[in-house]
Amino acid sequence: MNMKIKGKVIKFGNNIDTDVILPGKYLILVDPYELAKHALESLDPAFPEKAKKGVILVGGKNFGCGSSREQAPLALKYTGVKCVLAESFARIFFRNAINIGLPVIECKGISDAVETGDELSVDFEAGKIENISRGKSFQANKLPPLILEILSDGGLIENLRRRINKK
Amino acid sequence: MNITEKILAKASGKKTVHPREIVDANVDMVMVHDLTGPLAVEAFKKIGVQKVWDNQKVVVILDHQVPAESVKAAELHKTMRQFAKDQKLRIYDVGRGGICHQVMPEKGHVVPGTVIVGADSHTCTYGAFGAFATGIGSTEAAAVFATGKIWLKVPEAIKVNVTGQFQKYVTPKDLILSIIGRMGVDGAIYKSAEFTGPTIKSMSMAGRMTLCNMAVEMGAKNGIVEPDETTRKFLEGRTSKALPNFESLKSDKDAVYERTMQFDVSSMEPQVACPSSVDNVKPVSEVGNVPIEQAFIGSCTNGRIEDLRLAAQVLKGERVKDTVRTLVIPASQEVYRQALNEGLMEIFTDAGAMVCGSACGPCLGGHIGLLAAGEVCVSTSNRNFIGRMGSTQASVYLASPATVAASAVTGKITDPRKLEAKA
Repeated sequence: MNMKIKGKVIKFGNNIDTDVILPGKYLILVDPYELAKHALESLDPAFPEKAKKGVILVGGKNFGCGSSREQAPLALKYTGVKCVLAESFARIFFRNAINIGLPVIECKGISDAVETGDELSVDFEAGKIENISRGKSFQANKLPPLILEILSDGGLIENLRRRINKK
Repeated sequence: MNITEKILAKASGKKTVHPREIVDANVDMVMVHDLTGPLAVEAFKKIGVQKVWDNQKVVVILDHQVPAESVKAAELHKTMRQFAKDQKLRIYDVGRGGICHQVMPEKGHVVPGTVIVGADSHTCTYGAFGAFATGIGSTEAAAVFATGKIWLKVPEAIKVNVTGQFQKYVTPKDLILSIIGRMGVDGAIYKSAEFTGPTIKSMSMAGRMTLCNMAVEMGAKNGIVEPDETTRKFLEGRTSKALPNFESLKSDKDAVYERTMQFDVSSMEPQVACPSSVDNVKPVSEVGNVPIEQAFIGSCTNGRIEDLRLAAQVLKGERVKDTVRTLVIPASQEVYRQALNEGLMEIFTDAGAMVCGSACGPCLGGHIGLLAAGEVCVSTSNRNFIGRMGSTQASVYLASPATVAASAVTGKITDPRKLEAKA
């Protein structure tokens, strides 16, 4: 996986829960592209269309709280979300996102410092976020080496396959 | 060390562990259900190992879309049955189990002092038995299938010390709602919530399970209670596994906590979590006039026999209001059978409530009892998020089985103590 990305922001508030990211009634869908059609539809029915070209999602506190459904980060990833930045994450969502190869970084102050439409560049290894539109940069919480390794392999399954084959 | 640290140290082969340390823990039990299992199976097949690491330690429970309400759900169930057959796993199919978090302890898969992970956020329920239990996603469950291990960050712990005796019709559900109301939905994020104090010591396993079940609703990684004689009694005859010495599962006197919170339940009144956040908690007297269209008694939070007895106590000799549809869902086949034996089903049906088969039901808005736009449901379940139980324009209020039953009778959110006073 590319450890540096650029993209435009779509911003949401605090406590974006996984029922809002992907309602329970869609959990019987298996195809991730089908899931993606419903990502965040209860907050913004046009979100899947807006995210199509690749966006950086910015959230407030406790992003991804609630259910352990991995279909929530999957739906975001297949909608076109390149990464999620938030003040804090619910822990299961955080792990799920990393495990399916969707980068997530905690960055204090990010939700006040960016607006929807801003262009950001994110360096996952350095934990550096630059708001190109406003000429400001931030230092996020650096991801531990264990997580960076999973991300650079593209997810936990790819990481595990590589480790098992190495043995 | 506190109890969570002791369990994680043992599971990772260490003498001591410290908060924020990352450990590689051996897993004692992993559970998946019908909505998280299929993705785990798909991921497992990609890893390239043929067999799960230990087929005695993987449990499959069908409970969310049960019985299958659509061809798609039927296909998911078929996938899980085939996987269980191929891997020789214990599977609890339709009519043989019930809600995963009730079935796991009932069937003896939860042992104090062990590490249990489950592809469901309410896996933290098993902390009630003094196990370290936490929710994971499907891919992570697949990795556990293959390796039997998981990396975990040792959580900082919050001690929740509870004193006092509950008033009649005030329950552990009211306590946990009150705790979440004070902590906030991200108040315990990444942390361990350890429930302790005289009120917890005298609490039933059902009550402890309700507390630990909702620990995740304040962001906690796990909820936990020290195991004792109440725990031992529950497990007797349910598990063939040797129980550890409970003395080794007590938090040390010098154990470190990030903070300690005190709660006295003596003067606590029934609590209600109003839409659309679990921390939007008010005492029932401050909720105001809220007419309801649906009342739901069940779920992994409050579908146990103790909960049904409480609801039946309120509903006995009453009729639910004409404008309200009331759903009662026992958490497991065992609870269902017990409720039948005790005559509770008669009380529910006489009252005009519909009793459904043991499953997750309307809690997650995937199966039965969904809500239309503008409708209001008062529920004993655990989440009231926008769209949780159906339409995004519906509202969900969370309360105890007593409050939900009383509300079903009057047609609006009601203090169960007031209903009794009237009668």
